[in-house]
Amino acid sequence: MAGPDESAPLLEASGVTLQYKTKDHLVTATYRVSFNIHAADRFIILGPSGCGKSTLLKAAGGYLQPVEGAIRLNGQAISRPGSDRVMVFQEFDQLLPWKTVKENVMFALTASGTLSGRQAAERALHYIDKVKLSAFADSYPHTLSGGMKQRVAIARGMAMEPKILLMDEPFAALDALTRRKMQEELLQLWEETRFTVLFVTHSIPEAVVLGNRILLMSPHPGQVKAELNSDGNDAVRADGRSLSEHIHDLLFADDIEETAHDRA
Amino acid sequence: MTAPEPGAAARPEFVRDIGRSGFGVVEKPLTAWERLWNQSAVRKTLLLLAMAAVWEVYATLLNNPLLFPKFSDTLVAFYDGVVKGTLLQRGWFSIKVLLQGYVAGLLLATLLTAFAIMSRIGNDLLETLTAMFNPLPAIALLPLALIWFGLGNGSLIFVLIHSVLWAVALNTHSGFQSVSQTLRMVGRNYGLSGPRYVLHILMPAAFPSILTGMKIGWAFAWRTLIAAELVFGVSSGSGGLGWFIYENKNQLDIPNVFAGLFSVILIGLLVDGIFRNVERRTVRRWGMQS
Repeated sequence: MAGPDESAPLLEASGVTLQYKTKDHLVTATYRVSFNIHAADRFIILGPSGCGKSTLLKAAGGYLQPVEGAIRLNGQAISRPGSDRVMVFQEFDQLLPWKTVKENVMFALTASGTLSGRQAAERALHYIDKVKLSAFADSYPHTLSGGMKQRVAIARGMAMEPKILLMDEPFAALDALTRRKMQEELLQLWEETRFTVLFVTHSIPEAVVLGNRILLMSPHPGQVKAELNSDGNDAVRADGRSLSEHIHDLLFADDIEETAHDRA
Repeated sequence: MTAPEPGAAARPEFVRDIGRSGFGVVEKPLTAWERLWNQSAVRKTLLLLAMAAVWEVYATLLNNPLLFPKFSDTLVAFYDGVVKGTLLQRGWFSIKVLLQGYVAGLLLATLLTAFAIMSRIGNDLLETLTAMFNPLPAIALLPLALIWFGLGNGSLIFVLIHSVLWAVALNTHSGFQSVSQTLRMVGRNYGLSGPRYVLHILMPAAFPSILTGMKIGWAFAWRTLIAAELVFGVSSGSGGLGWFIYENKNQLDIPNVFAGLFSVILIGLLVDGIFRNVERRTVRRWGMQS
């Protein structure tokens, strides 16, 4: 499954099995998942709830250690959270409510020791401008709409200029119109700066629009079902079906198998 | 236009020109009186004046200054107390003791909570201790304090610490525990750990709870102090407001008793104002509390 890019991958997951404990269960979230992300990829992990995609992202963030296999960034195994991999969450409360928009972005830079003082302020304003929120730089998060909050979170992540941006369904809590707009803006930002992003979603249209490479996962436990290329236009494939129909079939096939299995 | 759906009644379309006049008032400022009445401070001041008037009339009718002095007499006594400095001096004495106990209580609460967030056993210790001591009125410890620390500020500070410590520790701890998982992950993402993590993420995120704890602790402490002074305020010569009230009652100087109570209320309001101010500048401004 090697991509067209023959150089070494930026982020490499090899045989990753993730487990976590709830109060009375040990849950296997993913089982021997492998994938490679290259520089400037818009890599999407797509799957239904319960396929361990968010857990996988947390492992890439360093919040969780695989029980088997490893996730490597530039060949180095990821062992703890670090500012070279910045997370953008789904929740609106990821912004620090006691800091203004500008202070939130600056906080990331100063807390991580990336920049300080004037330089931090300059870079913060630069990225706030990129997400078109300059007019709100001195506003507190609670005065912003959901979409604006997510834009601040994205600006904060991009200001860190991380090796990879880890996005955990960042648009899932937005209304459909705002969501469309945010997807367009994210693509535009990518056109401008060509960052690498690992994006988790459960929405097929979102995956097709945003990704250049889509990893499809099946649930309970999460396993790799397929890895597909996308040109963002939901192109019609050789079999006469569009990419999203193809993905839908792949995910839906599982359900049929499961039902058949249940009846057997 | 497409053909109407079968079953739907056919109606003609229309477009109207909207007139620009003829609908009376669109927007008009409220009258000065209406705006004045919308201010809660104005309404409350009026209430206070009304109560003072009722007090004055009732006391005049009763005509028994020993039991119930007139409002004007109380005001005069209060004014005298302030001008002569006795009330100010007694008030300052109380506040000084209170601040010592309050600050010591806060420090101990910080230590206890720090221990509680660092380890599970510390967490258990805090939960057990607060469950045991939070319901125990500080005044109930006074006899014991008198034996341990004698008739002096030591005993007062001991009961003050008791009244502040548990309320603050309990609220701070529950505040820390309710900091969202997302914020915690954000903090760790940017490389914060240990004391910096507590200082930059946990403390501000839990600040509404911490502030509530400090407010409750202050209210407990202030009541405890005045009550404790009533029992034995005469340490180191002067004594505080509680003792002032008790002393004047013994001398049957009732207007001064009222003046003392008045001062207790005023100081309470003053500190409440300070807390409100802090709230407005922090948690309200941040939208963490409406």
